[in-house]
Amino acid sequence: MDSLNPRAGPAIAAILVALPMVAILAAVVHGATGADPALWAHLSEHVLARVTVNTAILVVGVVAIAVALGTSLAWLTAACEFPGRGFFSWALLLPMAMPAYVLAFVAVATLDYAGAVPVALRTLLGEGFAMPPIRSTGGVIAVLGLASYPYVYLMARGAFLTHGARVLEAAQSLGFGPWSGLFRVAVPLARPWLAGGAALVAMETLADFGAVSVFNYDTFTTAIYKAWYGLFSIETALGLALLLLVLVALALAAERLARGRARYTAADAGLRAPARLALPGARGWAAFVYATVVFALGFVLPAVVLARWALGVAPLDLDVRYIDYTLRTLLLAAMAAVACLALAVVLGYATRFEAGPLPRAAARVAGLGYAIPGTVLAVGVVTVLGGIDAAWRSVAGGEGLWLQGTVVALLFGYVARFLAVANVPVQGGFARIRPSLEEAARSLGLGTRGLVTRLHLPLLGAGLGTALLLVFVDVMKEMPITLMTRPFGWDTLAVRVFEMTAEGEWQRAALPALVVVAAGLLPVALLTWRMERAARAA
Amino acid sequence: MTVRNALGRQAGTLLIVATLAFSGVAGAEGKPLVVYSARKYQLVEQLFQEYGRERGIEVKSVTDDGAPLIQRLMAEGAASPADVFITVDAGDLWRATEAGLLQPVRSSVLEAAIPAHLRDPDGHWYGLAVRARTIAYSTARVKPAELSTYAALGDARWKGRLCLRSGKAVYNQSLVAMFINDMGEQATERMVGAWIANLAAEPFSNDTLMLKAIAAGQCDVGITNSYYLGKLQHEQPDLPVQIFWADQAGEGTHVNISGGGVTKHAKNREEAVRFLEWLASPAIQQRFAAVNFEFPANAGVDPLPEVKAWGPFKPNEVNVGLIGKAQPAAVMLIDRAGWR
Repeated sequence: MDSLNPRAGPAIAAILVALPMVAILAAVVHGATGADPALWAHLSEHVLARVTVNTAILVVGVVAIAVALGTSLAWLTAACEFPGRGFFSWALLLPMAMPAYVLAFVAVATLDYAGAVPVALRTLLGEGFAMPPIRSTGGVIAVLGLASYPYVYLMARGAFLTHGARVLEAAQSLGFGPWSGLFRVAVPLARPWLAGGAALVAMETLADFGAVSVFNYDTFTTAIYKAWYGLFSIETALGLALLLLVLVALALAAERLARGRARYTAADAGLRAPARLALPGARGWAAFVYATVVFALGFVLPAVVLARWALGVAPLDLDVRYIDYTLRTLLLAAMAAVACLALAVVLGYATRFEAGPLPRAAARVAGLGYAIPGTVLAVGVVTVLGGIDAAWRSVAGGEGLWLQGTVVALLFGYVARFLAVANVPVQGGFARIRPSLEEAARSLGLGTRGLVTRLHLPLLGAGLGTALLLVFVDVMKEMPITLMTRPFGWDTLAVRVFEMTAEGEWQRAALPALVVVAAGLLPVALLTWRMERAARAA
Repeated sequence: MTVRNALGRQAGTLLIVATLAFSGVAGAEGKPLVVYSARKYQLVEQLFQEYGRERGIEVKSVTDDGAPLIQRLMAEGAASPADVFITVDAGDLWRATEAGLLQPVRSSVLEAAIPAHLRDPDGHWYGLAVRARTIAYSTARVKPAELSTYAALGDARWKGRLCLRSGKAVYNQSLVAMFINDMGEQATERMVGAWIANLAAEPFSNDTLMLKAIAAGQCDVGITNSYYLGKLQHEQPDLPVQIFWADQAGEGTHVNISGGGVTKHAKNREEAVRFLEWLASPAIQQRFAAVNFEFPANAGVDPLPEVKAWGPFKPNEVNVGLIGKAQPAAVMLIDRAGWR
C-alpha cells in the first residue's frame, strides 16, 4: 500500500475537508466560554439530569426500533421470498421521504385524545374507552423509530445483497433456517454497516427538535433551544451543545472500542444472483403482514392524512409559487448531495491510502455536524461566515456581505451537517473492497487511475448511490440551517412547513409537507430501482 | 466509468443552474426595503408586497424565529442588509434592543397611533398587533361565573380539569414574567405550582391542540392566546369553547405584541420608518391584525367582528418591554415548578 501514498496528500486532503467543521466547532467553543455561571447552576440543578436521562432513553429506544425494523425487513426483502417481496423491497424505503416532524404532527393530531381515531373509538366503544396516550415516551420513540428505520434498512440491505449467495449458502449448509441464518451469520457479518446505520439514527435523534417538540418531550436539544430562546443566552446554549458533543464523542469511541479491530470485507461481492430462501405458506404471509403494517404506519396512513388536509387548504394556498419552492428545494438538495458525496469520497480515499491516525480523526471531526442540533450548527455557520465577511471587508473594502446570505452559505451549512450521512455509506463501500483485490489489480499492471475507475467506482456504486440519496432527502427535510442562512427569495418547501407549524396550523402545513414527500419519492424510487437492477444483473 | 460520467454531467448542469440562480437574485433596482420577520410569511407577505407596489420599491424579506434572526443580525453586524426587524413577542424586541440591534425612532405618527404600554419609551420598537393570553373554557361544563383570575385556576375545584400549553412556549414565559413583575417570584411560583397540580393532561405543544382537547372533553379550562381560539371558532362556529377575560377586577388581562423596529445599521432608514408608520395606519392596522384574528395595536381601529364579539376587556397596562426583562427569571421559575 505504501506505493499508493508517497506523500502526505491524503492526510492534507482529509484535514481540508474537516476544516469547516473545525471552524464551526471553534466558534461554538468560543461562544460557550461566555456561558452564564448563574444559568449553568440553574440548569445543572433543575434541567440537566432530567434531559440527559430523557435523551438517553429516547436514543436507545429509537435506535432499538430502527435496527429491529430495518434489519429484519432488509433480511426479508434481500434474502427471503414472500408475497409482495419485490414491491416491499423499494416501498419500505418510502418512509424516508416523510420528515420525522411531519410524522410526529400527523400522529399527535390523529391519535391524541381529541384526534379522529380516539374520538371514533369512544363513539364506538363508549366514553370510558381510553387509548394509551400518544404524547408519551413510548409515542415519541415509536414515531422517531418509524421515521428513521429506513437508514438502517438501506445500509443493511446493501450489506445483505452484496454479501451475496455465499453467505446464504454457508448458512444453509450449516443447517440454519431464515431467522437463525439472519442472527447467526448475516447480522454478524453485516455488523459494521448496521452500526453505521444505527449511528446515523442515533445522531439524527440527538439533533431532532421538530418531532420531540410536537410531543413536548424534553431532550438536550430542547434544553439548548430553551437556553437560547427563553433565557436569551446563546452562550449557555452553545455550552450545552458542546456538552452534548462530548457525550456523543464518548459514545462513538465506546462503540468503536466494542467493535474492536475486526476487519470486514465482502465474500465474493455479488458475483452471483442470490438464491432467496422461500418462506412457504403462513410464514410467507406473516412476512407480508409485517411488511404491510410497517409500510402502512410509516408511509401510507400519514400520507393519506396529509393528502386529506392538503386538499382542504389547496384552494387557498396552492399556487405557482409551489413550483419555485419545489425546484429550489430539489436544486439545493442536489447540490448539497453532490458536494457531500465528493468530500466523502475524498475522505474515503484519504483513510484508505494513509494508514496513520490523522485522516481517520479528520473524518470523525467532519462527521460531528450531524449530531449537533441544526440550529446550533447554523449559529456556528453564520458566526464563521460573518467572521470571513468582516475580514474580507477589512482587506478589500466595501460594505456588503460577501458570503452570508448566499447559496454558498447554505451549502456550507448543509455540508457541515450532512457530510456524516454521505460518509457512512461511502466508508461502508470502501470496507467492502478487499485489499487483496487491489493488490491483484496492481499486479496485473493497473495504475492508480485505473484502480479508481476500473475497480473502485464499479464496486463503490451502490454506496455512492446510497450516500447521494440519504443527503438529498435529508436536505429536502432540513429546516434550521435553511431558515437561518438562506438568501432572499430562497424559500423552500421545508421553510413553508416551518411557517405553518410555527403558528400551530398543521393542516395548512400538510400542503408543503406533502410536496416534500412527493418530491422525495423520486430519488428514492430511482435509487431502489437501480439497486434492484444491479442485484438482478449481478 | 458510467458512475463517474453521470456524476460529472450532473455537477456541470447544477453549476450552470446555480450560477443562473445567483444572477437572478442580484438584479434588484432602486433602493429595496429589507425586512427580517419572525411574523410568518402567510401573515405578512401580501402587505409587504403591497407596500412595495405603493412606493415603487422592492420589499425583500426573510422569516425565521426571533432568536435566530437576532443571531443573524449580530453575525452580519454593520454590513447587515436588514432595515426592519419584526417579532411576534415583546421579549425578542427587548432582547434585540439590549443587544444594540435596533435604533431609536421618534415619530409623531407612531406615537399617536400606538398606546404607550405597547411601545418602547425610547422608540426602539413599536407594537403592531396585540394578542391577549387569557382563559378558555368549555361552554358545556363550565359557567363563566366560576371563572375569575389566572391564579384561581390553581383552586381545588379545577383539580384534573386544567390544560396548559408547554412551559417552553414563549407566550407562557411572557405570562409568568408579567406576574413576576406584578406580584413577585414567590407568589408567582406558588400560583404556577398550583396550576401544575391541577393538570388533566401533559402540557400540549401548541394552543390549538389544547383548545381541541377542551372541546373534546379531556379538560375544562385552559390558557390560550386569543387568536388561536378566534381561528378555531372561525373554522368551527359551533365549537363548545369560549373566551373569558381574566383578572378584570385586578391588573387586567395579559397582552403581548407582534411589533417591529428599525435596525441599528439600516441602509434605508427613512423608508423603514415610513414603512412602520404605514403599518400603524388605520386601514393597514385593521388588515394586519385581522389576518391573524388579533387586536390592532392602534386603539382607534376595530378588530374583526368575530373578535369584537368577545367583548371589551381591560388589558394589563404594564409596558410589555418589562416582560422581556423578566423572561429569563420566568423560564427558571417554570423549570423549578416542573412545568414541562
